[in-house]
Parts: sequence; structure tokens; C-alpha cells
Amino acid sequence: MTLAHVHDLHRRRLGRNLGLGAALLLFVALVFGLTLVKVGQGDRMHANDAPGAARAASGGQP
Amino acid sequence: MSDTSFSAAAPGEAGLRDFLALLKPRVMSLVVFTAFVGLVVAPVPVHPFVAAVAILFIALGGGAAGALNMWYDADIDRLMRRTERRPVPAGRVSEGEALGFGLALAGISCVMLALAANVFAGLFLAFTIFFYVVVYTVWLKRRTPQNIVIGGAAGAFPPMIGWAVATGGISAESLLMFALIFLWTPPHFWSLALFMRDDYSRAGVPMLTVTHGRPATRGWILAYTLALIPASLALAFSTVGGPLCLAAAVVLDALFLRGALRLWRRDEAVAEADGFAAEKRLFRFSLLWLFGHFAALLAERALHLTGWGGWA
Repeated sequence: MTLAHVHDLHRRRLGRNLGLGAALLLFVALVFGLTLVKVGQGDRMHANDAPGAARAASGGQP
Repeated sequence: MSDTSFSAAAPGEAGLRDFLALLKPRVMSLVVFTAFVGLVVAPVPVHPFVAAVAILFIALGGGAAGALNMWYDADIDRLMRRTERRPVPAGRVSEGEALGFGLALAGISCVMLALAANVFAGLFLAFTIFFYVVVYTVWLKRRTPQNIVIGGAAGAFPPMIGWAVATGGISAESLLMFALIFLWTPPHFWSLALFMRDDYSRAGVPMLTVTHGRPATRGWILAYTLALIPASLALAFSTVGGPLCLAAAVVLDALFLRGALRLWRRDEAVAEADGFAAEKRLFRFSLLWLFGHFAALLAERALHLTGWGGWA
């Protein structure tokens, strides 16, 4: 059996995939927006605890 | 994928709507509204974008709890008219899909709320999901007629989480908002149980109507309605309340009490004769009662910002 025509199954999968895609895009937009807000408010953002990052956070003092 | 497996998968292939239905959108609307009010009336201002993101993830956490509830309760949902068309009992979503969906959403929502707002709010959301799924759904629902009394706490936590998003903690005001929903839940669900007839007994769920009989249930509806009144008045006199809240509480409480008294005085023959009209009316009014109280808190806050609301 070949499924040449658009089956209801295809429609449901398309709807689900589009929904998932929209959710992922929204998630990216939310994280980006949150980053802008938190940085804009002056919240302390710790990307990592590497020695270089710690030195940068302390104004270049070793 | 072979043609055979492709065809066999078709009947169970869930669409986007089925996954949205797993989130219990009606319950979610209550969660969103009460959490929003809890956040807005808190004394600490929150950036509007952070507030919107926090409410979104609180809603998603509520939806995750709904999906996990539908996963666990699929067997009894098949036996009740009210729930037989839900995605899992109807066969549109498999139990494994509902479980995975619920767990993933629960994890994402708690972590994101902790990152967007604060760790306490994220942990509080995690505790709420745990309470609804494990304490209510798994432990209490099938064992005791106190199921919705204790389990109702899960539905009462959202305004406290909203408050925690703003303040990072708990206070008397957020506990009063909790008390309002906690005490409202039993009369709300028991009035529903009175007109859902044999749904719960068929599924073996020990609702009060099944274990203690319908006349006793009517008495307990009245008892909880009486307990609701001091809670709603206390909230109206708190720092988040004000004259508007007090006026709304007095009117709404009087109407709720009148409905509960009417139910208490009715017997089963009269109720059956009019198709449980008073029970259905009280159930619908209980929704309006809760909405009215939280809308009044919101209005009081808006007035406060213009220099009018509140007691000060």
C-alpha cells in the first residue's frame, strides 16, 4: 500500500510538528527576552566559574 | 517504517489538540488567573516580561500536573461519562506519551520558573505538581472521601506561587489567598458530585456522595461554606484587601450561603424532580464566587495604584 494522497494522519502529524516548532521558537524568544531584561536590570549573570570569568567579574584583579 | 505499521499507527496518532487537552485548559485558566492576581497584589514590583514568563511557566506546570493526572487516572477516566472522551481513555494519546509529556513539561516549567523568577518559586511549583500528582491523584483520590479536601491544596497553591515570584517567600496574605481556594474546593466539587450521579461510584472513587450519602454531602457543603466566610472576610481586611474587596466578599458570601442553605434543605426527590437545578446553579455560582474574589483583589490593587484602594 502506498500513501500517495494526503491522509488525515499526515494532517495530524503536520499540526503536531508545527505546534512543536512554534513552541521551540517561543522558548528561544522567551530565554532571549529574559536575558535582555535581567542584564538590563543589572542582575549578576554568571556564565561560568572559569578563572578568566572570575577575574573579569572582579574588574581584572587576579 | 513498513506500510503495515504506518496504517496501524493511524488511529492512535495524536494531534496537537490532544496534547493541549492533556494540559486541562479549564483548570489552567484558573491557575493562570489566581497566580496572576497573587503576583500583581504582592508588594514587590516585578518586570512585566518576567511576570508574563513566570505566569506562563506556572500555567505550564499546572498543565504538566494535569497530564500526569490523566496518565495515572486513565483506567477510571474510561468509566466516567465526564472523562471518557479525554485523550488517553479515548485512545488518541498513549499512556506513555502522556507520562513523558507531563514529566518533560514539569521539569521545564520548574527549572524555567526558578531561572526567570527565583529558586523558591521554582521549588514551590515542583512541590505543587508533586502534591497534585502523588498526594492527590496516586495516594488520596481512590482511598478516602477526604481526597478533594486535602487534594484541593494543590489548586490553592498558584496564588502563593505568584506571590513567591514577586517576594521570594510566603506571607499572611498569600496564606489567606490559599485558604480561600482551599476552603472553596470542597463545596465546589461536592455540588458537582451531587449532580454527576453515579459517575464516581461506577469508577470506585470514594467521593463523599458515595461513602457518606447525598444528605451528608449537602450538610458538608453548608459547613465548608460557613468556613469560607471568615476566610474571605479576613482576606478583605488584610493589606491586599480594602473596601471594594469587603463589599464583594459580603455580597458573594451571602449568595453562596443562600445557595448552600437551599441545597441543605432539599431532599433527593425534590432534586431529581427538577434535574438538580439548584446543585448545578451552586456549582456554576461557586466559579463566579472565586473569580469575583480574585477580580476584586485585582481591582483593589488597581485602585491602590491610583491612590484610592486599600485600607491605608
